[in-house]
Amino acid sequence: MNRRYRLSRWVLAAYCVYLILPLYWLLTLALRSNADIAGVFELVPSNPTLANFAEILSNPVWYEGFLNSLSYVLLNTLISVFVALPAAYVFSRYRFLGDRQLFFWLLSNRMAPPAVFLLPFFQLYSSIGLFDTPLAVALAHCLFTVPLSVWILEGFMSGVPTEIDDMARIDGHSFWFFFTRIFLPINRSAIGVTVFFCFMFSWVELLLARTLTGSEAKPIVVVMTRTVSASGMDWGVLAAAGIFTVLPGILVVWFVRQHLVKGFALGRV
Amino acid sequence: MAAMAQNKTKDNRAWLGVLPVMLIVAFSGVIPLMTVVNYSVQDILDFNTRFFVGFEWYRETLTDPRFIDAFLRQLGFSAAVLAIEIPLGILIARGMPTQGLRASLLLVLLATPLLIPWNVVGTIWQIYARSDIGLLGVTLNQLGFSFNYTAEPLHAWLTLLAMDIWHWTSLVALLAFAGLTSVPAACYQAAELDGASKWQVFRHVELPRLKGVLVIAVLLRLMDSFMIYTEPFVLTGGGPGNTTTFLSQYLATMAVGQFDLGPAAAFSVIYFLFILLFSWLFYTSVMRSEEDS
Repeated sequence: MNRRYRLSRWVLAAYCVYLILPLYWLLTLALRSNADIAGVFELVPSNPTLANFAEILSNPVWYEGFLNSLSYVLLNTLISVFVALPAAYVFSRYRFLGDRQLFFWLLSNRMAPPAVFLLPFFQLYSSIGLFDTPLAVALAHCLFTVPLSVWILEGFMSGVPTEIDDMARIDGHSFWFFFTRIFLPINRSAIGVTVFFCFMFSWVELLLARTLTGSEAKPIVVVMTRTVSASGMDWGVLAAAGIFTVLPGILVVWFVRQHLVKGFALGRV
Repeated sequence: MAAMAQNKTKDNRAWLGVLPVMLIVAFSGVIPLMTVVNYSVQDILDFNTRFFVGFEWYRETLTDPRFIDAFLRQLGFSAAVLAIEIPLGILIARGMPTQGLRASLLLVLLATPLLIPWNVVGTIWQIYARSDIGLLGVTLNQLGFSFNYTAEPLHAWLTLLAMDIWHWTSLVALLAFAGLTSVPAACYQAAELDGASKWQVFRHVELPRLKGVLVIAVLLRLMDSFMIYTEPFVLTGGGPGNTTTFLSQYLATMAVGQFDLGPAAAFSVIYFLFILLFSWLFYTSVMRSEEDS
C-alpha cells in the first residue's frame, strides 16, 4: 500500500523530524550546566556534563517522586485491568437489564473534566484518611482508566466467537478454568493494549495527582512544577527530570509494540 | 457497534460481573459528582454556614463575560486542533511501513509523545520555544521574525497549537494506521484495475474502512482538547493577559485559587454537560448516517 503514497511518505518524514527536535533539545539542555545554557546558544553541547542527572539520582526528593509516580501508576493499572476484565466479559457475552445505559454511563465518566473533581476528591480522600497516599491517586485515576479499559476489552472480546465458550463447556471445563486458561490467553493483545492505555493516562496526569498528594506521596511531575517556582529557573535539572519521565513511556511502548499494532487493528474498528 | 452483532444470552446474573466496576466508578465518579451538584445550589461562606440559592450560580455563570470568553476560546482551540490533527494523522498513517524494524521504531517514536506527562510536554515546549534559550525561538528570531510567545497573544496561540499537534497527532495516526491494516490488498488491486485515481482510492476504498477508528479519534480529541489544562498552564499560564485561558484553567482558578465553591460547582456542572452534549451529538449523527447508508 505504500508505493502509492509519495506525499504521505514526505509528511511522515517531516513529522518525525518535528517530533524529534524538541526531544533532542531537551536532551542537550539536560547535558549542560545552567550557566552554560544561559550563556551561549549552541546546537551541540560543547561541554557536556552529567551533573544534572547526578543531582536527580542523589536527591531523595527527586527519586522518591519517581518511585511514588510509578507506584500509583502500577496500582491503578492493576485495579483497572482486574475490575474491567469480568465487566468486559459479561458486556460482550450477555444481555441484561440496563446493559446499554450502564455502558454509556461508564463512558460518560471518561468525559468528565478532572478540574471538575478537584475539590470533591480532596474532601473525599481526606475524610477517609487516604489523602497523600499512592492509593488515593490510583483510585482517582480509576475515574477514567476503568471506563476506558472496559471499552477497549469489550471491543476485543466481542470479536472472539462465542463458540469457544460453548466448546469449553462441552469439554467439561469449569468456567474458572475456561476464563483463566483459555479466554484470557486469547485476549493477550487486548490486555496489552489496555495496560498501555491505563499506564498512559495515569502516568501523564498532573492535576489530580497534585491535588491528592502532600509531602509524603508527591509524584515526580509535581516535584518538577514546584522546583521551577521555588529556585527560579533551573533549566538543566528540569530537562534531566524530563528525560527521566520520558524513559518509562518509551520502555512500555517497546514492550507492547507488537500487541499495539495487532491490538489497534483488531480492536474497536 | 461490533458488540451488537453477536447473539447474546439474556441473563441478569451478568450484573455480578459488572459489580466491581460499578462500585469503583461509583466511589470515584458518582460521589464527587453529587458533591459538585450539591455545592452548585448553595452559597457556602464556610463549612458550617451555607444557604440554598437554587439556580443563582448557574445564571451568574452563563452570563459571566469571562466564562463566555473562555468558552469561545475553548471552542476555537478545539476546532483548530481537530481540523489539523485528523487530516494530518491520516496522512501520516498512510505513509507508515507495515512491518520490519523500521515500522517498530516508527511506532515507538510516534507513541512516545503520548506517554510523556502533560506538564513535561509543557516544559519541553517551554524550553524549545523560549526566545532566549529555545531552539525554535532563537532560530525564528535569527531568521528575522520577532517571535516571543510570552508577550504576543498570536504567538502564544500558535505555540500552543504546535504543541498540541506534536503531542496528540500520533494518537490519530496510530488509530488510522490500525484502520488501514484492515483494508484487504485485493481492494487496492481491484481499484487499480478500474483505473481509480489516488483520491478515488482514498475516498471509496480507505475512508469507509477508517470510519470506525476516525469516530473514536474525533471523540477522544474533542473531549481531551476540551479539558486541556496542564500544558497551557505550564507553557503560557493562560497569558499573555487572559488570551490562552481555557475552561479548565478558569475553573481551577475559581475553585482552588479563590475558593468560590458554589460558582465553581455550577461552572463544573455546565462544563460537564457541554462535553456530554457535544460527544452525544457527534456520536448520534455519525450513527444515524451509518444507518441511512
